[in-house]
Amino acid sequence: MTDFGFSLSKSSVVDIDRTDTALYRRLCELDRTAASCMSCGSCSATCTASSYSGMSLRKVLHGLQRGEDVRPMLRCCMLCGKCTMVCPRGINTRHVLLTIAKIYD
Amino acid sequence: MIDRIPSGFNPFVIPFLFGMAFVLGYCLFGAVRILLQLPREDRKKLYLSLITPTTIYKNIRDIFCDCLLHVRLWKRNPVLGYMHSSIAFGWFMLIVLGHVEVLLFVPHRINLFYYPIFFNYFVAEANQTLRGAFMFFLMDLFLLLVMSGIAIAMIKRVRSRIVGMRKTTRHSLINLIGMYSLWAIFPLRLLAECFTAHISGGSFLTIPGNWVFRSILGNDLNLLPTWWAYSIVLCIFMCVLPFSRYMHIPAEMMLIPLRNAGLKVRDSRKGFARVQVMSCPNCGVCLDACPMSVSRADVRDCTVYLMRQMRAGNERRIKEISEKCLLCGKCEAVCQEGVEGPKLRLLERAKTEYRLSPDYSDIYVAAPSGKVLYFSGCMSQLTPSVGRSVESVMRKAGVDFDWMDREGGICCGRPMFTAGRLEEARGMVRRNEELILASGADTLVVSCPICFKMFREEYSLPGVRVVHYLEYFDELIAEGRLTLEKSELCYVYHDPCELGRGSGIYDQPRRLLGRAAAIAEAPKARAESVCCGGSLGSLTLDFARREKMTRASLENLYASHADAIATACPLCLATFGRYSDRPVRDVAEIIDQQTKGNNIEL
Repeated sequence: MTDFGFSLSKSSVVDIDRTDTALYRRLCELDRTAASCMSCGSCSATCTASSYSGMSLRKVLHGLQRGEDVRPMLRCCMLCGKCTMVCPRGINTRHVLLTIAKIYD
Repeated sequence: MIDRIPSGFNPFVIPFLFGMAFVLGYCLFGAVRILLQLPREDRKKLYLSLITPTTIYKNIRDIFCDCLLHVRLWKRNPVLGYMHSSIAFGWFMLIVLGHVEVLLFVPHRINLFYYPIFFNYFVAEANQTLRGAFMFFLMDLFLLLVMSGIAIAMIKRVRSRIVGMRKTTRHSLINLIGMYSLWAIFPLRLLAECFTAHISGGSFLTIPGNWVFRSILGNDLNLLPTWWAYSIVLCIFMCVLPFSRYMHIPAEMMLIPLRNAGLKVRDSRKGFARVQVMSCPNCGVCLDACPMSVSRADVRDCTVYLMRQMRAGNERRIKEISEKCLLCGKCEAVCQEGVEGPKLRLLERAKTEYRLSPDYSDIYVAAPSGKVLYFSGCMSQLTPSVGRSVESVMRKAGVDFDWMDREGGICCGRPMFTAGRLEEARGMVRRNEELILASGADTLVVSCPICFKMFREEYSLPGVRVVHYLEYFDELIAEGRLTLEKSELCYVYHDPCELGRGSGIYDQPRRLLGRAAAIAEAPKARAESVCCGGSLGSLTLDFARREKMTRASLENLYASHADAIATACPLCLATFGRYSDRPVRDVAEIIDQQTKGNNIEL
């Protein structure tokens, strides 16, 4: 194949029919505020763990909605609570994170 | 004074004897069970303390001052103090004087358990003596004292504000039965002694009572039924005692030796914790103190209700209450019994199981070095002015230091710790310990009270002195390395929970601020300070409820009429900053502004 000096990026299509969103639904059941996230990214901007494991609650919630494995990201979360302080939707992010840690298989 | 009944017995003493046997049996059984629940080394510590003269003295003093005289409550609220001490001390004196009477007048009956309680029924006054008159006077006096306390208790039930309590505990049925029977004991005793006074003799209460009743009723038919009623009410009280809040009376006598032995709560339900739960008198002092009580819905989650649910074993509510608390520690600070509400909640949280565990072992953080290290903490990243001000002040004082988490670092672990994930918090603690010990530092300056408490209590840093910047600046000023100019502004200082109640630092911030500006004091300050509502201690409190608490806490600070609010916690700073109508600043910022020297470009 001819080398054009660039490659195709991986498809980011999410097939809703094939993703397992059970975990996300369970999370929203246990903490309804999780569903009100509007992905503004305030939590990502303040997260201490983001520079260590790419942690961001916004991405974690996206990941759960897409049925992806978010455990590597969560690995470095220190529960410091800065994301709670900055969340414009008033999500109790620490509770969301603890709930995820509780229900993850 | 002579023995009136030759057998020294009447069937009406049976209910009293039954109640007494029941309550003594229950307490003895409970005490043995709790001793067995204590870990072996704690038990050894307790036994050792019971034979050490200093602790024996301390135990006796505490039991006398706390259980009988309620000295701590007097200091806090004299009306409540009078109410409790009049009932407790008055009743105690009635029992003691009853024994003295028996010893003085019918010493051969001292082996009869019930004689001191029903003394007036069993004796007849043959000739009046000064000694007898004096004893009767004392008995009437203490009975009056107890009844005055009961009268205040009744008023308190109807209008608690009269005795200075905004909220009182809502009692369960068994507590109500206990309370009403307690209220009935003393009027019935007075009545019974009034009916008997023409036989046994009496004093300023009982003799006039006797005249009145005899002139109205004209016979003695009420004499025995009233003694029966007195005995039955005593029996009811003692039978419900183990299951009601009045269990605090015997439990407190066990709590004091356990506390003075220096034991720590290790399990949230067993041993020491069980004694604490039993010792809660449901007085409700923690209700007004709790910052959550601004929302009516949250009043039911104060410590007094946690104690009740723990006694009832309601697992769902215990979990709910434990996770909601801000862990500000105020209930513990105001508690008359020394019930450690926050500690029990923390132990309760630690029972939750998580499937996902974090791993901090391979986080890379640049190694700090230097004699003095500065740790600003995660929260300071949201309020960067705190860290910059501390840095600037230290530069001006010529301190050579290294800011170990300027570019972000590993959290101190306290937020994880208060979530009950102790092992996970240990992971962070270990990493930070390694970094600090490898740096060769001898002083660690911390600007966040949350981190400060964690570093002081959970870290093992031999050779490293952990100081909050308030202490450090105070020392720098004392050494003459910093000079402050006084500003025109008047500040009110808010004591952060973790720094004040948590670490006992109250004077340094006031001394520092006093040098830099005028200070006003809020109505509730120092150990009474109201949590800002931003605490990371709570796992479930939502935004709206926290806002209510923040506003209530601000109202307390506004009442000082200061121009601005000063605090020493980045979390309080961020929380107040959101709703305050006047400037909120960290003490470090104020000090930086008021110090002479080259202001560094911020």
